Amino acid sequence: MEKQWAIWAEGLTKQFGSFTAVREISFSIRKGEVFGFLGANGAGKTTAMRMLTGLSRPSAGKATVAGYDVYSQTESIKRRIGYMSQKFSLYEDLTVKENIALFGGIYGMKRRAIKEKMGELLGHLNLLDKRNHLVGSLPLGWKQKLAFSVALFHEPEIIFLDEPTGGVDPITRRQFWEMIYQAANRGVTVFVTTHYMDEAEYCDRVSIMVAGDIAALDTPTALKEQFGVDSMDQVFVKLARA
Amino acid sequence: MKPVHIQQLTKSYNKVKALSEISLSIDSGELFGLIGPDGAGKTSLFRILTTLLVPDQGEAKVLGLDVVKDYKRIRQKIGYMPGRFSLYQDLSVEENLQFFATIFGTSIDENYDLIKGVYAQIEPFKKRRAGQLSGGMKQKLALSCALIHRPDILFLDEPTTGVDAVSRKEFWEMLQGLQEKGITILVSTPYMDEASLCDRIALIQSGQILSIDSPAGIVAKFDKPLYAIRSSNMYQLILDLRDWHRTYSIFPFGEYGHLITRQDLPIEEISVFLKQKGHEDIKIRRQTATIEDCFMELMPAVA
Repeated sequence: MEKQWAIWAEGLTKQFGSFTAVREISFSIRKGEVFGFLGANGAGKTTAMRMLTGLSRPSAGKATVAGYDVYSQTESIKRRIGYMSQKFSLYEDLTVKENIALFGGIYGMKRRAIKEKMGELLGHLNLLDKRNHLVGSLPLGWKQKLAFSVALFHEPEIIFLDEPTGGVDPITRRQFWEMIYQAANRGVTVFVTTHYMDEAEYCDRVSIMVAGDIAALDTPTALKEQFGVDSMDQVFVKLARA
Repeated sequence: MKPVHIQQLTKSYNKVKALSEISLSIDSGELFGLIGPDGAGKTSLFRILTTLLVPDQGEAKVLGLDVVKDYKRIRQKIGYMPGRFSLYQDLSVEENLQFFATIFGTSIDENYDLIKGVYAQIEPFKKRRAGQLSGGMKQKLALSCALIHRPDILFLDEPTTGVDAVSRKEFWEMLQGLQEKGITILVSTPYMDEASLCDRIALIQSGQILSIDSPAGIVAKFDKPLYAIRSSNMYQLILDLRDWHRTYSIFPFGEYGHLITRQDLPIEEISVFLKQKGHEDIKIRRQTATIEDCFMELMPAVA
């Protein structure tokens, strides 16, 4: 039943001693959906993501990712997902080519597949003539786009993006979201957190976490109607301040 | 005497030119925003002004004092909140504040009235270790420590980066409160919507200043036809408009896309084009440029 959903959670909970970081959250995310996972710092977003990406064992509740159980099948989950965050994406002191080959290998791609697809990826990003440059020498915007492409290189079903556009210039930020749309169009499920409220508008549905709970979950349009406001920014302010 | 005066400031790190002949000045009591993405040069500029880094060329004066020759005197008079949380994680809130008050030769009591608006919100937690504070509370503590010696000018390097939308709003409200007390404030941010809260802003990208003016002044200089536009399939809308010969640029902007056309067009013409492409629920209206639209138009071309 749960396997029809890309990501499914019911009563998912994480406690650290007496502190409940995530309190019985439930949701179902469709394949190919762009799902925005919002919340103030400290609301429990990172903890929730760590449970879904197989990095942290839940205290209670159930969840499946790509049909696999988050308690007993974490290695299967890790192979089927891509992950990219603002804080860490690629190795700065390896070249563009080396990074692609490294991550491809880690995700179990065969050397031949890596070789074939690498040319395509580099061409698509206009990085062919920079393939032997160190990633550290690339401007931030190019790094982010490359990191995203590397996270998708092994063709995962689901990609987790943790504030992927932080600090990036406004044009690159939008080009990045077009890359997200392209991936979603191909059927990749996108689970993204962001502090840019305009980006929340690009999502099919959005959830907002407040102090460990999911305080709202719906399409941006429905949420704006529900709170009688014009923008996701205002929805967020109303909820987070409540 | 202008609190900050910069002339032709240049700084390079090996081959990377972080700042290229930057010139600007800030007026007394101004809330001045330095707006630009990562890598624009904001932190390099702040480090030079707070006397932590020496420029390669050019000149900078803070409160009339030269940043190279008079660095010691500058350090006594400025408040600085760097980009990363830089307080002592294993000291309590109160201990951190006392520490900074002491090194500046003052006390918490002496200038309490100045920091009260900020500090009162974290005072109930004054015995908690700084490392255990939430992001929003860390900001408030860092700001209190930067203010405790009653500086004439505050330098805040990306104080709201990585912080949620609510805390960001609260922080700017605090800044406006401080400005009312006569403190000159230079603040940097990558968030373009915060620009409108400043008296004047400098848009900076790749070490160069794109424009300096009041937010209204920058918007007034935007001279291209701009429309907010949406349909039931936004991704397809963007692709279709990008292929249209009338389009100068089209970018997603939240719920709407922002379309700039090569010349002014009647809305009906755009609507007809989109209907022909099969779009439904089409909404188009003329749009006043936001700071972000202006920044994107002024930026050098991105590959």
